Amino acid sequence: MSADSTLSKKSPPIAGTASSGETAAGSATAQETTAQETTGAPVTQGELIRFDHVTKRFGENTVLDSLDFRVFPGKHVTLIGPSGSGKTTILRLLMTLLKPDEGTITVGGEYLNHEKKNGRLVPASEKHIREVRKNIGMVFQQFNLFPNMKVLRNVTEAPVQVLGLSRDEADERARELLELVGLGDRCDAYPSQLSGGQQQRVAIARALAMRPKVLLLDEVTSALDPELVQGVLDLLRDIAHTTDVTMLCVTHEMGFARDVSDCVMMFDQGKVIEFGHPDKMFSDPENERTKEFLSAVL
Amino acid sequence: MSEISPGLWELLLKGVWITVQLTVYSAALGAAVAFGVGLARAHRLWIVRFVAGTYFEVFRGTSALILMFWIFFVLPLGFGWQLVPMWAAVLALGLTYGAYGSEVVRGAVAAVAKGQREAGIALSFTPAQQLRKIVLPQAWPEMIPPFNNLLVELLKGTALVSIMGVADIAFGASLVRNATGQSAPVYTVILLMYFVLAAVLTRGMRVLERRAKAGIGQKQPERTFPRRSRERVPVGGESR
Repeated sequence: MSADSTLSKKSPPIAGTASSGETAAGSATAQETTAQETTGAPVTQGELIRFDHVTKRFGENTVLDSLDFRVFPGKHVTLIGPSGSGKTTILRLLMTLLKPDEGTITVGGEYLNHEKKNGRLVPASEKHIREVRKNIGMVFQQFNLFPNMKVLRNVTEAPVQVLGLSRDEADERARELLELVGLGDRCDAYPSQLSGGQQQRVAIARALAMRPKVLLLDEVTSALDPELVQGVLDLLRDIAHTTDVTMLCVTHEMGFARDVSDCVMMFDQGKVIEFGHPDKMFSDPENERTKEFLSAVL
Repeated sequence: MSEISPGLWELLLKGVWITVQLTVYSAALGAAVAFGVGLARAHRLWIVRFVAGTYFEVFRGTSALILMFWIFFVLPLGFGWQLVPMWAAVLALGLTYGAYGSEVVRGAVAAVAKGQREAGIALSFTPAQQLRKIVLPQAWPEMIPPFNNLLVELLKGTALVSIMGVADIAFGASLVRNATGQSAPVYTVILLMYFVLAAVLTRGMRVLERRAKAGIGQKQPERTFPRRSRERVPVGGESR
């Protein structure tokens, strides 16, 4: 199988794992992947998210180049790297806002974009994708709250429509979450009446209301006024420390990345060029590109 | 030349009622076509888009009057039954103005921010739920002003039916003119009748737009004529 040979050549995250002794998120081994290739069933080692040889191109431009990585439940992984390096693409692939050109993604042991039919992997139906996707929540850079719904409704609509909760139950859960994000008193406001920071907190509550296993955070403070950033980061820190939700963040807030991450992955040109524990990554990176990047942003 | 008798005035008023009916029925059919075709033109299956696009091009490119004749005179040759002129007119006007309206729907739906659909996907809404709960409520207020234009166009377009002998305002007017030989008063009056009907429609659409915008937490649209502030003490008496 051609995929195997590619793998042995291109496996920076895997090699990195072995040498650094890192066993947490972001690790994978070539052997397991081979097993998966031959049986046609996703082999899980307890990991929640798994990318196998994922390639994504936009026209001529290869944004992700045969990427492999794994994330274990409850881990917090931060993706860093220069713009255009493919960080956001990973989150968008996981959220199924994009489809991979090659490779497979599994979430909780289920293929995200594929289904098995007669022992063969075929593109998944819309229904299958939706089912697997329920495990994933996302917070966007631009909040993307629904302007036609009041704050409470923004948080309750999906639990009611998608999870089938009763209005009362959804309301109760939403009020708790809005209390948690410090907006318990703004249930009846429209998003347009809130500040950017408040909108982003509502968006966080909205994502959490679906009780996702994985929370994707896509540069969630980049669109905020500087004085509002800290409040949102504090909230996320709080959620990271008090819940068991798995987090994948793309962020330029290195202080935050250092505080909450179990693993930092450095991307460049569609590949993971280095990864490891934040203490190591931020104080003593090995790769030249990582050093350059960090000295520019820190 | 003779005076316009009360009976003839009544003929004109009856014509107003027919015009109103024609407008309402055609608008209802037109709205259904506009939403159906407009949404189909943004469908993810190309064949649906193709069929809807073809409909749009054909009906936009044909004359409503000729279509009306065609439905009334040609269709019976194939089917063996004939629609009454009123319904032939409603069909022709509804299908034609629905085609125009589909462009309004398509444009407004496409103008909803991409992030809104993405948020809908991230929350695992089905495509139908995304449309119903997220996209259409946001697109709807944007559709109202162009719909208002089309509605007024449609109202005036109903005058075409007088050619087929449907007794609308324009038909009544030509009867009255033939009976009395007075063109000036008759046509001036029906000009005003259309104007008043159009003004009523526009007023109604304004109210609808304000409500729709308030319903999604948006600022109300500017008034054409700023309302006199209620708090201000009237100087020299209130006019209304």
